[in-house]
Amino acid sequence: MTWEAVIGLEIHVHLKTRSKMFCRCAVGALDDPNTRTCPVCLAHPGALPVPNRQAIEWTIRLGLALDCEIAEHALFHRKNYFYPDNPKGYQISQYDEPLCFGGRLRLPGPDGAEVGITRAHLEEDAAKTLHVGGAEGRIHGASASLVDFNRAGTPLVEIVTEPHIRTPEQARRFLQLLRQTVVELGISDAEMEKGSLRFDVNVSVRPEGSDELRTRTELKNMNSFAFAARGIEREIERQIGIYEEGGEVVQETLHFDPARENAPPLRSKEEAQDYRYFPEPDLVPIEPLREWSLDELRADLPESPAARLERVLAAGLDLRDAEALNSEPARVDLYEALSEAGTEARPAAAFVLNDVARHDVDPARVDAAELAKVLRERDQIPREAFDAAVAASASDGFSAEEYLRERTVADTSELDPVIDRILSENEQQVEAYRGGKEGLLGFFVGQVMRETQGKANPKVVNDRLREKLRA
Amino acid sequence: MIDTLRLTAEEAGAMLERREVSAAELHAAYRAAIDERDPGLHAYLRTVDEVEGDGVPIAFKDLISTRGVETTAASKILAGYKPVFDATVATRCKEAGLPLLGKTNMDEFAMGSSTENSGFGPTSNPWDPERVPGGSSGGSTAAVAAGMAPWALGSDTGGSIKQPAALCGVVGLRPTYGTVSRYGIVAFASSLDQIGPVTKTVRDCALLYRTIAGRDPCDSTTVELPQPVELPETEDLKGLRVGVPKELNEAEGIESGVTEQVNAALDRARELGAEVEECSLPRSVDFGLPCYYLIAPSEASSNLARYDGVRYGFRAAGNGDIRSMYARTRDEGFGDEPKRRIMLGTYALSAGYYEAFYGQAQKVRTLIKQEHDALFERFDLLVSPTSPTVAFPLGARTENPLAMYLADVLTIPSNMAGMPGLSIPCGLSEGLPVGLQLIGPQFSENTLFHAGHALERALEFDFVPERLR
Repeated sequence: MTWEAVIGLEIHVHLKTRSKMFCRCAVGALDDPNTRTCPVCLAHPGALPVPNRQAIEWTIRLGLALDCEIAEHALFHRKNYFYPDNPKGYQISQYDEPLCFGGRLRLPGPDGAEVGITRAHLEEDAAKTLHVGGAEGRIHGASASLVDFNRAGTPLVEIVTEPHIRTPEQARRFLQLLRQTVVELGISDAEMEKGSLRFDVNVSVRPEGSDELRTRTELKNMNSFAFAARGIEREIERQIGIYEEGGEVVQETLHFDPARENAPPLRSKEEAQDYRYFPEPDLVPIEPLREWSLDELRADLPESPAARLERVLAAGLDLRDAEALNSEPARVDLYEALSEAGTEARPAAAFVLNDVARHDVDPARVDAAELAKVLRERDQIPREAFDAAVAASASDGFSAEEYLRERTVADTSELDPVIDRILSENEQQVEAYRGGKEGLLGFFVGQVMRETQGKANPKVVNDRLREKLRA
Repeated sequence: MIDTLRLTAEEAGAMLERREVSAAELHAAYRAAIDERDPGLHAYLRTVDEVEGDGVPIAFKDLISTRGVETTAASKILAGYKPVFDATVATRCKEAGLPLLGKTNMDEFAMGSSTENSGFGPTSNPWDPERVPGGSSGGSTAAVAAGMAPWALGSDTGGSIKQPAALCGVVGLRPTYGTVSRYGIVAFASSLDQIGPVTKTVRDCALLYRTIAGRDPCDSTTVELPQPVELPETEDLKGLRVGVPKELNEAEGIESGVTEQVNAALDRARELGAEVEECSLPRSVDFGLPCYYLIAPSEASSNLARYDGVRYGFRAAGNGDIRSMYARTRDEGFGDEPKRRIMLGTYALSAGYYEAFYGQAQKVRTLIKQEHDALFERFDLLVSPTSPTVAFPLGARTENPLAMYLADVLTIPSNMAGMPGLSIPCGLSEGLPVGLQLIGPQFSENTLFHAGHALERALEFDFVPERLR
């Protein structure tokens, strides 16, 4: 039997607002412990939340970027549970009336997949617990648990996808594009190492062609997209293995230890938690359409990374190069400017990805028209001159013509007189060459190169010499 | 010699203005009254020595956060907790120069109608120390009635200002929901809690309401008052349309003595020019109480979750994991009534029950509001007894929570609708005060003050408890 995977993602992204979601404390999860706190985020008696308007606006922006519908009327709910990192005993989150719902993200590429976005909602992050003494920061065997409330109340957007993803590779591409989307919207750093982007994966398998949804497992704590793809791969294989041996998949959560990538995940039974959601009575409903002009917000969106990727792919690049270019909008801009200036797609992409990147040139600072001229001269000038020109291309007022004039003797009009002079000064050798000693070509090339102080392209010199000697 | 039993806050303010007395002397006079009478009443949980401000002193119910001054909501779980910030109402009183006299007793977390649920012992009624002062703001109403504070702040969720004001023979206002900030108020049921004044006269009530009301950026549910607060002057009720909902006036359990006094007050209202007419609130009274006892405990179960022993307040001694620390802390820290309501609320919010209980109660709440709105198209005010009974003996209902819950049957419906209500004393039954409840549409406080003031003048109720005269 052929199996297919059914994969859904749940992504949490920290918004990089100046202050927390419901109080005025600075967002600073990494500062000294418990220095970014106040009565609200410590849940002192009587403290009340006041929503961060910027965070709401940014969530709407993200929703628009993901083609979501924006709710006319959205609510904050309380999600009730006891844990020391949850100071109020409830998290202010959203439940059945989220800010954004019903969106999609296209995954440009060979399979042309599109992933439905179930919802994107706004909530507050929990505090951080540290288990000290005993074993490796784990709660078991720890002698004490400490709580750092700096992170408590940091605005967090949760994005939930439909189970539309079919392969680990699609999951990786989705995460990549989503990450890029939030970064380019300027609403999050989305750095996994800093915890500002976290995600969980739900995986199940089914016979290909069927539309059933079988028992899923949840994969948690993955620290990179590539690692996630490998983890999903292994989990798909494991589930298929179980079914093929006539077994049943158990609903459970698999916790990966990011510190030890190859360790098998820890399993935990999924408890049927009852969060007793109810509308947060300390807050009034959010009415985005009253407070914002969605048209204005939409007009203000930058081009989406997905649309850009699609365009780049349409020019015939392979997915790997296209993604690499797309990882920075300025790279795509440069690539496209080069194409427009006449460079073919593949060489232009290779140039941006190899040469520009190797010389640490900021693609956003380069005058693409000038760089295109350098690129056009590539085969006419020495390698060193070409590299130097690329490296210098981001400097102020860089002019390809001036730069190359100083460094190269590429033009045959400049080169020809030098060649002619050398040939006339070495008549004996010319005779010998024409008599069949073709090995003497190297001698002439050497003379010309010495004369031009290495600024001539040896290939051009070769060609011109051959031509003149043949005459 | 300052007669704190008789002196109103307005008169005290006038004395200060005329420099007949200093703020410190005034404060000292009330402190002396507290020293003299509070040992027998236990209206205060603690007093404040420092005189901060040059105005008329005030007492706060102990759920109002006061920076550096212990604030417990009468719960052992908050014993020793000193807030690091002032509630907005405390800040507004400070800005108005009102020095704090102390923090008054209450039912634990404002859950109760007799102040017997305090974690620190009950308060007695100044009219009869063998009886309850009502609750949950019984400490504030007893302090004002016994001349131990010229005025005080209480909080009202299901009737916790109006009902004890009635039982202690003082004036109490439950303001329109959203007009007074809840920032810094130890929360019971967020969608119902309101802070309001407890005073001797309606004019004092208007003065104090003017001080505390208005939008607060720290409380998203507050709004700006549509009109400024007016001090009532007029002494007639010409043209005032008064509705008398029969369900609120003929409810089971209303004592005949209470009905008599309320009817007498209605006669005075007619004499003063009011058009008094019977009307009906059929659903509000039948469904108000049951819906309240779903919504308030549900919110309470969540609001009280923060008392977990991790960050402040009481933590049970002993070792064990986090679950057992939570369990022991909450078991030892909370009294019976909070535990009962946490369980009720947790149940009502649970998966599978939410729609039938909390969800349904919210729908009924909308109906109750609509029913009130409809009546206010025909009437300026509705009138009823505040409490079905006069003050009952200490211990009479402590074994029967349902009987205790019925003490609020007349105050809950309009609270559920978010409407303001004023209780003024209208006479005595069996030697104990009877309260008259005036209910208005949202933001009608000025109308309530005018009507309350005119009736107060006409009824000439003597607010000093007979045994203290």
